[in-house]
Amino acid sequence: MSKLHVTTTINGEPVEYLCDASASMLDILRGPLGLTGTKEGCGSGDCGACSITVDGRLVCACLMLAAEAEGKAIGTIEGMAEHGVLHPLQQKFLEMAALQCGICTPGVLMASKALLERNPDPTEEEVRFWLAGNLCRCTGYDKIVRAVMETAADMRETVR
Amino acid sequence: MTEIRYLAPSTLDEAVKAFAAASGAASILAGGTDLLVQMRAGVRQPGTIIDIKKIADMTAIEDLGGGAFRIGAAVSGATLAEHPTFGKAWPGVLEAINLIGSKQVQGRASPGGNLCNASPAGDSVPAMVAAGAVVTIQGPNGRREVPVEAIPAGPGRTTLTPGEIVVSFTFPKRPKGSGDAYLRMIPRTEMDIAVVGLGVNLVMEGGVVKEARVGLGAVAPTVLLVEDAAKALIGSRLEDAALEKAAEACRAACKPINDKRGTIAYRTKVAGVLLKRVAAIAAQRAGGN
Repeated sequence: MSKLHVTTTINGEPVEYLCDASASMLDILRGPLGLTGTKEGCGSGDCGACSITVDGRLVCACLMLAAEAEGKAIGTIEGMAEHGVLHPLQQKFLEMAALQCGICTPGVLMASKALLERNPDPTEEEVRFWLAGNLCRCTGYDKIVRAVMETAADMRETVR
Repeated sequence: MTEIRYLAPSTLDEAVKAFAAASGAASILAGGTDLLVQMRAGVRQPGTIIDIKKIADMTAIEDLGGGAFRIGAAVSGATLAEHPTFGKAWPGVLEAINLIGSKQVQGRASPGGNLCNASPAGDSVPAMVAAGAVVTIQGPNGRREVPVEAIPAGPGRTTLTPGEIVVSFTFPKRPKGSGDAYLRMIPRTEMDIAVVGLGVNLVMEGGVVKEARVGLGAVAPTVLLVEDAAKALIGSRLEDAALEKAAEACRAACKPINDKRGTIAYRTKVAGVLLKRVAAIAAQRAGGN
């Protein structure tokens, strides 16, 4: 079977891979590329565990073909900490224990980061609506929402 | 396992040729939020996937002035939400498109996909029907334009002929006093499929409705243009009697199914309730324009 050759950028690094036409971005991230921080939950775009960014846009990796990454800039959870320093959201999630089993956490962090980049001062309602596509099977939503709100407040303080 | 081909043509002509040549064995890929789920479920097994997002026409948003817009069929809901002027001219269409799925789904899902997936409950469709949007279609026999309501033929079926691709939506100019709105009824607050969805588009002058269009979803095999409801609103000041007559027209148009989301009686009643609520929002917006 002939494979497609894809040249893309992942977390700022040039990456090339071969894939089947039907392979999802999630298949390639977790398989050949070994980037297993992006989780597979439902595989049908309902749970948000596989949230990544494509040219800065938040999407589900399970709903994207790996072939579509050609020429795009992909962002995954592995690129969230910079030079070994956790992103303020990651740090806050640790401090406030905003996770239980952790499976949803990478997706929640990617989604929360995308929110704060667009809206540095979200209301609780805006956070809850934005994160509606990230399911936490432990139902730890309250701590997650509070951690996002606190991070946003801290980041606004830092900017000031 | 049979081999699937992936094509990402950069022109519409190439896409139409490839789509027509595959004679039914190909699927168009825009956002993929329906297609990839259907492929995974085994409901669809395309031999060729034609990704249309490298075609400039498909992803462009053109402000044509005076509230008129041309929207590429593969533009994502998130891109449309961030456009500086579209949501000001067509707030009802935008709110309908932005009700489709999560933020992640919004990053990919498109109005063209929502229309061609042909779910009777697709949120963007009643709003685009109410808006009077026109669909541009390109196929092996050239280009044609039809109103949005001419596309759905039944659940999962469209009136597109083999090889035809939806290219764009054209929204007409907005006269002074225009306003549109869309509401859907769901048992939750987010991330659900419409039990009833309803869009209203009004043009008002001195408090009197001059033009009206009503699109109704999730209560029949296809999204409906409810002309009798529009007739009841035109010429009125949205008095209770006119609203009740329009609500009755919406209830009369319903041919819903019973399912876990709502019974026939419930969906029918809600269609009337939504007409009144959506007309009120559209009128308020018209007043501000």
